[in-house]
Amino acid sequence: MLDRWFGRIGMLLTLATLGVLAVLLLNLAMNGLARIDWQFLTTFPSRRAAEAGILSAWAGTLLLMFVTAVVAIPFGIAAGIYLEEYAPKNRWTDLIEINIANLAGVPSILYGLMALGLFVYYFQFGQSILSGGLALACLVLPIVIVATRESLRSIPSTIREAAFALGATRWQAVWHHLLPYSTGGIATGVILAMSRAIGESAPLITIGALTFIAFLPPAAITSTPPFLSVEWLFSPFSALPIQMFNWVSRPGEQFHANAAAAGLVLMVITLSMNGAAILIRSRAQRNIKW
Amino acid sequence: MSQPTLEPQEEKLDRIRGYFRGELLTLRETLLRMASLAHQNLNMALESLVERNAKKAQQVIQADLEMDRLEVEVDEMVTHFMATQAPMALACRLMLSGSKISSDLERIADQAVSIGRRSLILLDEPPLKPLIDIPRMAQHVLAMIKAATDAFVEIAPEKCADIIRMDVEVDNVNRQLERELTSFMVENPKTINRALNLMLVARFFERAADHAKNISELVFYLYTGKDIRHEAELSKTP
Amino acid sequence: MSTVPVSQLVEPSVSVKPKLAPSPAVAADPAPIKVSIQNLNFFYGTHQVLRNVSLDVPADQVTALIGPSGCGKTTLLRCLNRMHDLYPGNRYEGTITLQPGNTDILGPGMDPIQVRMRCGMVFQKPNPFPKSIYENVAYGLRLQGMNRRRELDERVEKALREAALWEEVKSRLHQLAHNLSGGQQQRLCIARAIATDPDLVLFDEPTSALDPIATSKIEELIVELKKRVTVIIVTHNLQQAGRISNMTAFMYLGELIEFGETNRVFTNPSKPQTEDYISGRFG
Repeated sequence: MLDRWFGRIGMLLTLATLGVLAVLLLNLAMNGLARIDWQFLTTFPSRRAAEAGILSAWAGTLLLMFVTAVVAIPFGIAAGIYLEEYAPKNRWTDLIEINIANLAGVPSILYGLMALGLFVYYFQFGQSILSGGLALACLVLPIVIVATRESLRSIPSTIREAAFALGATRWQAVWHHLLPYSTGGIATGVILAMSRAIGESAPLITIGALTFIAFLPPAAITSTPPFLSVEWLFSPFSALPIQMFNWVSRPGEQFHANAAAAGLVLMVITLSMNGAAILIRSRAQRNIKW
Repeated sequence: MSQPTLEPQEEKLDRIRGYFRGELLTLRETLLRMASLAHQNLNMALESLVERNAKKAQQVIQADLEMDRLEVEVDEMVTHFMATQAPMALACRLMLSGSKISSDLERIADQAVSIGRRSLILLDEPPLKPLIDIPRMAQHVLAMIKAATDAFVEIAPEKCADIIRMDVEVDNVNRQLERELTSFMVENPKTINRALNLMLVARFFERAADHAKNISELVFYLYTGKDIRHEAELSKTP
Repeated sequence: MSTVPVSQLVEPSVSVKPKLAPSPAVAADPAPIKVSIQNLNFFYGTHQVLRNVSLDVPADQVTALIGPSGCGKTTLLRCLNRMHDLYPGNRYEGTITLQPGNTDILGPGMDPIQVRMRCGMVFQKPNPFPKSIYENVAYGLRLQGMNRRRELDERVEKALREAALWEEVKSRLHQLAHNLSGGQQQRLCIARAIATDPDLVLFDEPTSALDPIATSKIEELIVELKKRVTVIIVTHNLQQAGRISNMTAFMYLGELIEFGETNRVFTNPSKPQTEDYISGRFG
């Protein structure tokens, strides 16, 4: 009896949740879908709503994500591997484990403040993509670390022992077996992290992301030697959440429509990232059966 | 591997007694029953001879059926135990020795039957001479059976030495009796029938003694793991 | 009938080999020793798990380690390939000398990785890597630096043949190992362990998770294997020890109680604890 009722209530709640998501998407679509066209995606913001576009915003978002990924992913995975496979198991490492989990719950604006003091002023990176990317990387690092650790932990110890018994060093066991087998879990963690990062606005605002940029950061590939430039890292930037925030606070329905459209673009990017994560994970987990 | 202290004798006896549980206890008791019957039958065969008692001779022949039945029963128990329990150590040695001991006991009973039959034949004629040697041999054999049984029950393999000595004694008496009876037959051909039968009886007792010796060797093997059968012959092999 | 000396009839205090005259065909040479364990003590933290264990394992034979749970037999096995080094808090005392080369496995300068490369280990539950059959067997060889395709192919085939698995998998070497049955997976793990031609193969209750037919196949292959390599097997199954081992060591509470020819230990054990254990009276 209880079983059936619980099943029914559970189903209702699930539908309700999905319903909220559906309503959100529909709302965004209704308000903003019309606004999305090629011009919207390729022009800079303007005081005139009809002429405003999100070019600098999504370019900024993508570049930020790039920096965040390049910093958070290797550091996070390496830290996860070290803590799970190499570090001795004692009170100190237990403390570290607890605190990493805690870090994941720290309000994002505090990361912004830290980034402001450390990256913007102390290291003098300025209010740049580099500082923004680093701030977001710090924010999501705990997520990557925890996901890596959990993934590694889910590999049965008999697999490790089999590798060691054959004469593998710890690194060989990690590189040949543990990392490949935990790709699914790590990929999931990475995407979770990036999904979080892409939507954060508080740290970016704190370190000084601009809401009105009418230029793109300098190109990374130049026509003169050495053909690669890092000037773009130090350039000022905007991001989609920032732009949305800015438009929503302006009067006038047209700006709100712009905001909705930008939100829709953001949702599309997020959902495709999640979709990619699910794909990667299912492919990686295909061969793993414990 | 050095053994700092020997297991105290009392503890050892207790431990070995402890192994005789369940089916092994039943097996032990069946063997003891057979030993008691064999002793009884051989004794009765002797009495039938000495007392010239036809009735006792008949009883001996009848009682053999029970021995045959018990021998089959023992082998069934052994086979069943081996198949279901894969026994080790003492239990394993008990399988082998138990089967053989029951066979030897059954042969002793067979000798008793043969003696009984000869006894019936000898009744038809007057006694040839007073029976001295044969009863002496018989008493030795009965004592050997009893001693082997005691060694089995008391877990005392050291008693087997005496039994083996007694077998030598029985052999000697047998040889001596054969010589005596042969001279009887040479001197007086009319005594040949009786003398031959008496020689056969003596030989039956001697065989019974051999079986009793076998049993004692098997009891020794059971409790020590050392196989001392045919040691004399085997040690002569180049 | 000659008399038998009474002295021979007194129960011996230690078991004595029966005095049958040896026939010329049976050589009386003692088997060469593959691993010599001397005064081994093992501590997990402050807790002593192995007490003064000394054992000479003969070469090209199967030595079985038996004993009740917690007696230290698996701990002893894992000392031989220094698996305890993987976990903190473990300490060895004593020497373990491996031939050829008089190598002290526990020596201060001895690299555990080198030791493990000379030993193969097969675990209780089959644990193939979630890779192809080929890659499973080839992994040990790759670790030792072999990477030429033809050489690997040859060695993989040889190992799978020795593990009595080649015929069953030769047409699907690049399929996943997990598609094999439990018994086949365990034979794959054996192939993996022997591919590198180790000096010692260590089996930790290899058939306890398998059905009787799979068990019997693996026992057959161990009996074949011992012609070429020294095997040490931990087992709870006394009949298995009886079927495949030449020597048996009985352990109890971290001590080696008795060690001798399997036949002798099982028919006439010299220690009361051994007799009690194999008769099923405890443990």
